[in-house]
Formats: sequence, C-alpha cells, structure tokens
Amino acid sequence: MAHSATHPEDHLLTVSENPRSNLLDRGFTVLVQGVALLVIAILLGITAVVLAYAQPAIAHFGLAFLWSTAWDVPSLQFGALPYIFGTLVTSSVGLILALPISMAVAILTSENFLPAFVREPLAFLVQLLAAIPSVVIGLWGIYVLIPFLLPIGTWLNNNFGWFPLFSTPPAGPGLLPAGVILAVMIIPTIASVSRDVLTVVPKELRSASMALGATQWETILAVMLPAAAPGVVGASMLGLGRALGETMAVSMVIGNSGQITASLLDLGNTIPSLLASQFAEAESPLHIGSLMYLALILFVLTLMVNVAAVLLVRVFGVKV
Amino acid sequence: MTNHHATAEILSEPLSLQRRALSALMMGLTYLLFLVAIIPLGSLLYTIVSQGLPRFSWNVFFHIPAPIGEAGLIDGFGNAIQGSLMVLAVACIISIPVGLLAAIYMAEFGRNSKTAHVIRFVTQVLSAVPSVVVGVFAYGVIVFTPAIEIGGVLLKPKGFSAVAAGVALAVLMVPIIALTAEESLKLVANAQRLGSMALGGSRFQTTFKVVIPQSMAGITTGVLLALSRAAGETAPLLFTAFFTQNWPTGFDHPTPTLPVLIYNFSQSAYTSQNEMAWTAAMVLVALVLLASLVSRLAVRKSFR
Repeated sequence: MAHSATHPEDHLLTVSENPRSNLLDRGFTVLVQGVALLVIAILLGITAVVLAYAQPAIAHFGLAFLWSTAWDVPSLQFGALPYIFGTLVTSSVGLILALPISMAVAILTSENFLPAFVREPLAFLVQLLAAIPSVVIGLWGIYVLIPFLLPIGTWLNNNFGWFPLFSTPPAGPGLLPAGVILAVMIIPTIASVSRDVLTVVPKELRSASMALGATQWETILAVMLPAAAPGVVGASMLGLGRALGETMAVSMVIGNSGQITASLLDLGNTIPSLLASQFAEAESPLHIGSLMYLALILFVLTLMVNVAAVLLVRVFGVKV
Repeated sequence: MTNHHATAEILSEPLSLQRRALSALMMGLTYLLFLVAIIPLGSLLYTIVSQGLPRFSWNVFFHIPAPIGEAGLIDGFGNAIQGSLMVLAVACIISIPVGLLAAIYMAEFGRNSKTAHVIRFVTQVLSAVPSVVVGVFAYGVIVFTPAIEIGGVLLKPKGFSAVAAGVALAVLMVPIIALTAEESLKLVANAQRLGSMALGGSRFQTTFKVVIPQSMAGITTGVLLALSRAAGETAPLLFTAFFTQNWPTGFDHPTPTLPVLIYNFSQSAYTSQNEMAWTAAMVLVALVLLASLVSRLAVRKSFR
C-alpha cells in the first residue's frame, strides 16, 4: 500500500536541468504516454470493430435479436436467446458449485489449521489448475468428466425426473458437464482472491471475537466472512466473468445444440462456444454480423461483471 | 457468594457440545471440499500422462501428422509446435514493448496521475475481455480487411495468418505484462530514484539504469506468465491462424498451432488422432507448467 501513496518528494522527480537529456526525457515521456493511451485505444478499438461488423445484424434484427430463438444459417434467421440462456445457465451452475469449494480452499489456506509449510504448497496446487490450457481441460472433460457424470445424471433422472432440472435422460455432453467444468476452471480465481481478501481483514476484529470467547470457527463464520463479504462477492464476480467468456472447454462438453431447456442434463450451447464453432466458416455478412452481435452481447455482459468485480475487490486494496 | 461460585463453575466447564460439534462439522466439511477442489487437478495430470505417454517419442517434434489410413509413416505434430512458436514470436514482439512502456508510464512517468489511474483500470478491464472476443476483433481488423503493402514489404496480410493470431495473442498478453511489470517497478524504493536524480541522471537514465535493472525478475515473471497464458489459448486462433496439416509456409499464411491441433484431434472420428491429442496436450501442459513454475520461483526470489 505504501508505494501507492503520494510521496512528498515526487515533484523532485520531474526536475531535469540538463537541456540535452531534457529533450530525450520529453521525447520518451511522449512515447510512454502514447503507448499507455494505446491500451485505451485497444479497448475502444475492440468495441468499435465488433460494433461495426455487427451492424448488418443490428440493422436487420434490431433488439428482437435478443429474444428470438431462431438460428438457421441457410435461411438467414438468427436469434440470440438460446445462447444467452446457455451462457447464463452454465455460468450460474459453475458459480454455485465453485463458491463453497473456493471458500473452503480460501479458509484452509488463510487460517492456521495447517502449518504454513503445508498451507503454501496446497494453495500453489490449487493455483496450478489455472495454468492448464482450457483446451486440455476440455479434452479431460470429454474423456473423463462426461463418462463420470453420466451415471450420476442417469440416477438423478431416474429418481428425481419429476424435478424440471433433471427431467431428461442425460445425453452425455450437456449443460451440467459444462457447468461442472466451469466450476473447476474458476475455483482458482475465486479461491485466491477470497484468500487475499480474508488475509487483509483487520487483525483487531479476530482478536476481539476470540477475546469474547468465540471459537475459531465461530470467529470465521460470524466475523471474518461477513467482514470479507464484499471482497468475496467481487471474487465471485471475477470468476463469473471468466465463466461467461470461457470458450473451448465448454464448447467441447456442451453438445453444441442451441435450445432452451429446463433440464441441466440436456444439450445446450453458449455464445463463446457458438462463435468458436461457426465463425471461421461464416460467409454471408448477415451471418458474420449475427455472430458479431453475439460477441457484442458477451463483451458488454463480461464488461459489466468485471468492472463491478474490480471496484468491489478494490475496496480491500487487494490487487486483481 | 453462591453466584460467584456458579460463574466459576461455568468458566471451568468445557465448551458446550453444540459449539464443539459446529467446529468439528465445519472442519470436516472444509477438508472435504478442499479435497474436491484438488481431485480434478490430480485426475487431469494423471490422465494427461497416462494417455499421452504411450504415443510420445522425440519424433513427434519433427514430423507432421500422418495422413489417416497410411501405415508406416511416422506420426507427429512438429508443424503445430513450429506454428505455435511463430505465433508466440509475433505476439511477443508486439506485446512486450507495449506492455513494458505502458507499465513504465503507470509506475514512473505518469506516477499517481489521473491518467495513470484510468489506464490501470482500463488495463484491468482489458485483461478480462473474453479471449474469443479478442479473436473476433483480430479477425475483423486483420483477417477480413485487404492486405497493406508498402514498397514491396507486406505490412499486413489478408486472410488467416500467423500475424493475425499473433496480434490477437498480443492483445491478451499486454494487460498481463503491463500490470505485473508495473507492480515490480513500484517495488523499487523511491530513494533510489532520488539518488539517481541527485547525481544528475535524467528520468530516462533513472528509469533504464536504476529502476528497470532492479525489477528485471518481476518483469520476466510477467512476460513468462503472459506467454504461458497465450501459449494455451485456442479460441482466438481458430479464426485467425486457422490450421494446416503441413509445415507452416510463412507468417502470412494459415498456420497450425498446438492448441488448435489438440482441439481438432479431440473432435476427430479416428482413435489414432484422439490419442495424439493427448500426447500433444501432454507436451503443451509440460511447456506451460514449466513457464509458470519458473515465473513463480522468480517471484519468490525477488519479492521474498
């Protein structure tokens, strides 16, 4: 934190008397500033390019694109709803599964239940998962996760088939495997940010709670977690942002069938996964435009979630 | 007196069963959930090695995928490794200078300025843009638009190319490099800068001769981190680099890459290609984990 505070000596750093080096300094300052502004330009550029290419579809379908369910390439009928639905459902399933697990990881690696020489490697192990490319996780999803979930899905359908979420027999790929794989992928994010947030909760809060006679777990549940709650929400939203945009792993296990269904055991599709499977082959401007329109929706969605997340986590002074 | 006595008795009592049960229950639940978090990683690493190893030989680095049905040819994915290196080279050439200069602005030249705060925020937002959207952007800017040629030098090709893929990966790498490099530049004590200035050093000299040499470990970490993230990216490559079964023929042509090969082979109807996907995954994971391991060790060493 200390380095981000304004230093009283800072103004001295701008003084440079030597005229020759002054010129070099000025030139370099302009260059550095220009490049830094380029970062803003890239973000604006992404917005502009996606918007421009989406124009044919925006002009043709308008806002009705958002709630239309048609996706027929030969007859050029396009609608986003099944893909928005799939994206939101898989991300929510992922988040719901990942949150308790991530909290367990965050608590276990920030409290002193285990000695530091065990805690640190365990935290590292969880983070290792974040380094594995998503296409490899997708491969694992096809050959390990789907066969593992299939009997569970069958059992759920046999015994709880009356419940809408399990109302169809499992097809193998589908919304549930996609949700589970997203949970696996966002646990490292949520766990590490939550852990950082938990470690910066003021020590006095913990001491006060313990002094009043609370056990360690009562302190965690009644003091630490409530104090860290905004940061944990921020961490979850960072995870959600990742889940919304995740492409390959989801595309490989979701079955790529754009439909709206109550059953998690049924096939589905998401915006990123549709982009991955159709973009390279799209030819008509309306088809490309519709895909770009979807990319725009995804972009806006993730932008909102991530801006909120960064602002929430920043309250704690934790770097994302 | 009796009252006092009763209090002392309560204080010397063990915790109530309920409170002890809560602790035990939560402890058990936490360990159980932690185990659930670790299982996928274990299963993943085990499957990658057990499925990938049987087909692995040094030949995979030097041969292209054997056509289906032709016996006796040596199978490999050397073309995809070469293509990945080409794409990553383009990405590095663009993203390292841009990321570093942006970091130098945020940490040194624009330190504490309002612009620097805005740029940091935008960089964080940029780092969270889905990679598939970045791929779509690169497609719109480079693949779809006409080629640019000045004086016989091809500046920008049209169509699928390693350059288009490199630009897409560069956009993903810039925020990672900029944010980690900024952090490590800021760790350099202000007294060092003042010392350099007091000796008559310009800001340029201070930055390059005093600040950057001290934060080299952190900067290297950021670059390696970005590189390992980019090496595994697949989605943006699908419609920028595309794929070929042969050796790459230049930076302006469709280029095979390791992640896209894994994806294509995983979707293949042929078992031999499915098996090769695992071998390619093993090579990719080994490379990526090596890079992130080195970067983590570098962090530990420099930040202590």
